[in-house]
Amino acid sequence: MKALILVGGYGTRLRPLTLSRPKPLVEFCNKPMLYHQILALHEAGVTHIILAVSYRAEMMEKELTDLASKLGVKMTYSLEEEPLGTAGPLALARDYLEGTEPFFVLNSDVICDFPFKDMIAFHTNHGAEGTLVVTTVAEPSKYGVVLYNEIGRIDSFVEKPQEFVSNKINAGLYMLSPSVLKRIPLRPTSIEKDVFPGMADQKQLYAMELKGYWMDIGQPRDYLTGMCLYLTSLHRRQSGELSTGSQFVGSVLVHETAQIGQNCRIGPNVVIGPNVIVEDGVRVQRTTLLGGSKVRAYSMLNDCIIGWNCDIGRWVRMENVCVLGEDVLVKDELYINGGFILPHKEIKVSVLEPQIIM
Amino acid sequence: MLVKAVILVGGPEKGTRFRPLSLDTPKPLFPVGGVPMIQHHIEACCKIPELKEILLVGYFQPNEHWAQFVTTQAKLNNVVIRYLQEFAALGTAGCIYHFRDQILNGSPESIVLMNGDVCADFQLDAMLAFHRQQDRPVLTLMGTEAVHSQSVHFGCIVENKLTHQVKHYVEKPESYVSSLINCGVYILSPEIFNIIATTIKAKTMDDLSEDFSTLSNSSSRRVSRQRSLSGASVSETLSLENDLITRLAVTGGAYVYYTQGWWSQIKTAGAAIYANRHCLKLYHNAHPSWLAQSEKGKAGPQIIGDVFIHESAKIHPSAVIGPNVSILSHVEIGAGTRIRDSIILNDVVIDENCCILNSILGWGSRIGSWSRIEGTPNDPNPDKAFAKLEHMPLFSDSGFLNPSVTILGAKVNVPSELMVLNSIVLPNKDLSHSYKNQIIL
Repeated sequence: MKALILVGGYGTRLRPLTLSRPKPLVEFCNKPMLYHQILALHEAGVTHIILAVSYRAEMMEKELTDLASKLGVKMTYSLEEEPLGTAGPLALARDYLEGTEPFFVLNSDVICDFPFKDMIAFHTNHGAEGTLVVTTVAEPSKYGVVLYNEIGRIDSFVEKPQEFVSNKINAGLYMLSPSVLKRIPLRPTSIEKDVFPGMADQKQLYAMELKGYWMDIGQPRDYLTGMCLYLTSLHRRQSGELSTGSQFVGSVLVHETAQIGQNCRIGPNVVIGPNVIVEDGVRVQRTTLLGGSKVRAYSMLNDCIIGWNCDIGRWVRMENVCVLGEDVLVKDELYINGGFILPHKEIKVSVLEPQIIM
Repeated sequence: MLVKAVILVGGPEKGTRFRPLSLDTPKPLFPVGGVPMIQHHIEACCKIPELKEILLVGYFQPNEHWAQFVTTQAKLNNVVIRYLQEFAALGTAGCIYHFRDQILNGSPESIVLMNGDVCADFQLDAMLAFHRQQDRPVLTLMGTEAVHSQSVHFGCIVENKLTHQVKHYVEKPESYVSSLINCGVYILSPEIFNIIATTIKAKTMDDLSEDFSTLSNSSSRRVSRQRSLSGASVSETLSLENDLITRLAVTGGAYVYYTQGWWSQIKTAGAAIYANRHCLKLYHNAHPSWLAQSEKGKAGPQIIGDVFIHESAKIHPSAVIGPNVSILSHVEIGAGTRIRDSIILNDVVIDENCCILNSILGWGSRIGSWSRIEGTPNDPNPDKAFAKLEHMPLFSDSGFLNPSVTILGAKVNVPSELMVLNSIVLPNKDLSHSYKNQIIL
């Protein structure tokens, strides 16, 4: 079976992290974002993954090759010369996708308990051209809402509804039969706006409801929310990956190579990456520490994404969604409130109000 | 020869800019450099060999704490210290005139007069020697240099550069007069009381003539006259600065003693942190044993720069303290706590891993683990020589609280992991969340 992942562009929404690494390689809960999807697809029996990319990311190819060969998955990079939207890349990759078997299409920013096996069964069962996974959200007015009948057949889509019609939205995971490719021209096309409404009119599109959590983690605030949901899911499944011990509170994921000092209080909802050093008396909650970073003694982090190889001084307090790019140095005793700090900066004075430090 | 000292300590209506700290203790007893502000005055006076008596003059209702302070200081310095309570604020000259009998009792040759809310490297011996060298001196005032723009917030002195005689004096002028300013420390000759008496007489006459000219109604005239003749009248509210020095500038007898030492007013709580730094610095000569040291080989807190720690305070060895910190009696500080540029008042308990910067923590406050109490220093401009503290208004023109040191009043409870930034918290508050740039009633 095959799958196409819409990786897209530069991941500007996740800057300053994506200034150092292509977004699919930014770690989410100690695995590059794309790994979560590749592993889930592999488990569902996918053997060929096409990555629709709009810029040549050699770093990405290099890093993914190892994983792919380990899993025995074939990776193909389909490079867009110009942005083709969310449907155009399918037309570009038509040669790979054509055949008799349905294939998966997914947005690379989505994190959830991927229901690929259920999708195969659901898709086979209804026999129509497409399956679209829907998820429930609290504020549907920000999204495109999907309306469907009791057997799941989609009637219509309402983009950003002003009055409540439904709280089910497109989760960005699809299973499509190859016949859908005929509906897509090789030019910038939106799968949500140009392709799906037509399929719905012809009763060819069915909605499958997602069980469990879902998050688009394409921007920092949502990345952290997604992290909490992922960790809670691990906790619910009683995963052995979560750390236990008196200094951990709630769900905490600590890489085996990380070192944690005495008298710390870590959690709830913390991810500590490889080779991270957390010194004594540190308080961390709702935060991801990416690989090689160091938090010196007695500091406190809440609601932060700390980039690779950062060095946070002693008695530093950071909160309110701080995102540090790679190799940022924060001096002792500073307070950082909602700072987005670009890579390789040295921070010597407190950041009192949320701002971007170039 | 006998010398007496008078220290003006003010009263409860004074020191309002020092709230909320002055709500719980009279401002003169607020510790700077770990000891009550006016203890520095008392020590400075006691260095004068001929000093026989110190009179504290103010209109506080003396409480037990105050009485105890007076007794302890008298014993410690082996000098008579008495508190003279004014029944109303009489002004700087008015109050010494009111207590002239007590002051002149024993016929002192000179009288040292000090404002209680200044803090300085008082060199009173040298000043007294200067006073004695002058030709028939009535009053010598301590002067220091201020920057041009700030001088107008003080009493400005114009002197004869050769004789150091005061030629002209204006209290807080509207435009620039001189960058030589009045420090609020004086040496008086007993002759001053005759001049005060004359001034009062003249002022009463002025008042009366004013009354006659402005009031045609005879009954209000009578009231006014009675008022001015009955002891503490309007006319006895006499200011040394406004009423006397200006007069002496004309008649002669006033001199200015120029000091190059450090000097500052302590009007606001923010000034206390600044004064604390300088007081601690003066301890290198005056009281080296009062400065805390990191003990080599011993497990003790790391001390950076000048720090005062009361012997009864308990501080975890992993704490890092200083520079410019005073920690008062029975304070407890947990592991991994950092304190810099702050005053921690008696009985405060700080848990582990806290960070306290540019703040004053009131008596008996409690700070939970990983909390951060931080203020913004408003130290004098470091790029200008002789710059003084800028006494900023509480609120900016746009209506926002100006960032200043953070002050917790007495018995404020800050739970774990909170932040209090640039805020003033009134006594007995239990905070439930973080605060920034706020006054918490």
